[in-house]
Amino acid sequence: MSQLAKVARPRRTREGSPWTGLWAVVTKEMADSLTSVRMSILQLLIVLTAAGTVYAASQDLKDLVGKDPFIFLKLFTTGRDPLPSFVGFLGFLVPLIAIALAFDTVNGEFNQRTMSRVLAQPIFRDALLLGKFLAGLFTLTLVLAVIWLLIYGMGILVLGVPPGGEEVARSLWFLVVAIFYGGVWLAVALLFSIVLRQTAAAALASIAVWLFFTIFWGIIAQLLAQALVPMRLGTVQEVLDQAKLEMSLTRLSPNTLYAEAMLAMLNPAVRSLGLVLPFQLQGAILGTPLPVSQSLMLIWPHLTGLIAVTILLFVLGYVLFQRQEIRT
Amino acid sequence: MAEIVLETQGLTKKYGEFTAVQDLNLAVTQGEVFGLLGPNGAGKTTTILMLLGLTEPTAGQVRVLGLDPARQPLSVKARVGYLPEQVGFYDGLTAFENLIYIAKLNGLPRQEAYRRIDALLTQMGLDQVANRRVGAFSRGMRQRLGVAEVLLKQPQLVIMDEPTQGLDPEAAHEFLEIIRRLKQDGITVLLSSHQLHQVQAVCDRVGLFHRGQMVLCGTVPELAQRVLGGAYRIHLQAEGPADLEDAFRRIDGVLQVHRSAPSTYELEAEADVRAEAARSVVQLGGRLLALDIQMPDLDEVYARYFAQEVEHVPAR
Repeated sequence: MSQLAKVARPRRTREGSPWTGLWAVVTKEMADSLTSVRMSILQLLIVLTAAGTVYAASQDLKDLVGKDPFIFLKLFTTGRDPLPSFVGFLGFLVPLIAIALAFDTVNGEFNQRTMSRVLAQPIFRDALLLGKFLAGLFTLTLVLAVIWLLIYGMGILVLGVPPGGEEVARSLWFLVVAIFYGGVWLAVALLFSIVLRQTAAAALASIAVWLFFTIFWGIIAQLLAQALVPMRLGTVQEVLDQAKLEMSLTRLSPNTLYAEAMLAMLNPAVRSLGLVLPFQLQGAILGTPLPVSQSLMLIWPHLTGLIAVTILLFVLGYVLFQRQEIRT
Repeated sequence: MAEIVLETQGLTKKYGEFTAVQDLNLAVTQGEVFGLLGPNGAGKTTTILMLLGLTEPTAGQVRVLGLDPARQPLSVKARVGYLPEQVGFYDGLTAFENLIYIAKLNGLPRQEAYRRIDALLTQMGLDQVANRRVGAFSRGMRQRLGVAEVLLKQPQLVIMDEPTQGLDPEAAHEFLEIIRRLKQDGITVLLSSHQLHQVQAVCDRVGLFHRGQMVLCGTVPELAQRVLGGAYRIHLQAEGPADLEDAFRRIDGVLQVHRSAPSTYELEAEADVRAEAARSVVQLGGRLLALDIQMPDLDEVYARYFAQEVEHVPAR
């Protein structure tokens, strides 16, 4: 008897979980990234950067031991000419690592002709894409966590004092912000690796986007603000409006979100990330540190913004990937 | 009757205006080796992708092992092995690591996976290179590793897209042996190819694809019967009277006689009429110099079919 006749009604839903095989993909991709030459070079680079900047900072900070309650946070933020601070370095090292991790995830499978073979296994495309993204995020987390521990270890050695609970909490949040900042660039590179078949093109496109936000977006935001809110009379209101617009525009860039969030998290004295007018400071005791929870409130929009952009880019890539024809 | 493992009804795939596969009705039974034949772009690969649920059909129905690949893709893909055209592996990983990944994706327990991989690598003659990077493998080795990967999940049905393309004759021969072994193990095999001799050598039945349609389907002699008219071609060399040609025509079962040289005749017949032809020559007092029968050949079916097509339908 024909099998077609046996089937009473076509099924409406897909069977099985979309996450079947997710961990197999994650572990394989992580193993690949962690053993690749590309990652070894980047890891070496970031360790050298951390060692260099933190050592330079600690030399300056030695005299402040016992006087500054947040001396460990200063390890991250103190720069010594000509060396910028460690968080400054991370601002472009994190995107670089994220892009290096993700620019060939999908098109690499096509180029190696492994895509159809992998998708012929009992997994959904969902698991493959999410697995690759999570593997990138976990690798990034691992690298940053190692660096974080190294910095603390070095700090304890050089400064000779243990870090306080408040400092550890703040720098852990700094780690979270850095990871989600990396997540954005991971999603950018992943998206390009889906859209562009050439891995080199995907890498260049990702780097172009990064350069755009790093170098040009600040200039463009300024020009836009000047064009949209021109100074006619030169009133205080006009100056304020223009500055507010410029600030909102620059905050469209993940780089700005990262930089501001870093600032608020690692510097307890920062009370606001927006414009502060003198009358708003009435009664405030300048220079007193905020508690962690208050600083967290300050960066909450930044953190959600970074996560939202990551999710948005991932969903876009996901939709495009689901519709892609698998012929190789 | 043997169980049907793969069946399609009215299967159609359109890419915009272009129809890649049109109204395909196909049934493959348990333990059969079925060949999909046709020029490039005839719709073979698209058909295969629809059978695996990697592409959604525009219309029609597919049943693979009683399951719908579009709705139950995991069950289908757990039971069907697929060897894509020019199979690729992760060049940076060893043969063993490549297979471990596939075993994990199939949810095989670790011990079982190790056991199966060792056995399969040995079976495919790759046990010596198991820990070498696939990047250094030859085409033939990759293809054999591909078969090992396909068999890892112990499939009931194996689908291969152009499996012998790019292999040197020896490797291709070995590969056909592997397909025969699969058949002996009761695995149903569906393969696409345009290497006709190889298809003929291993396939029980073939389907001829042309512009998205399966225009012919059956065993090789059946196809020959339909396309070539007579399935038997007899090559005969004889010297004798001029009416020899007419004498051949009168033989029962002879469809056509063609005199290609003064003393050379080509006979097309429904049956093996060598004895009758020889008798005619002798009876007319001729001298029989050579007598030979040509078995129906897929090459000829293919060439003849497409020659006819070109006559009827001018190329677009």
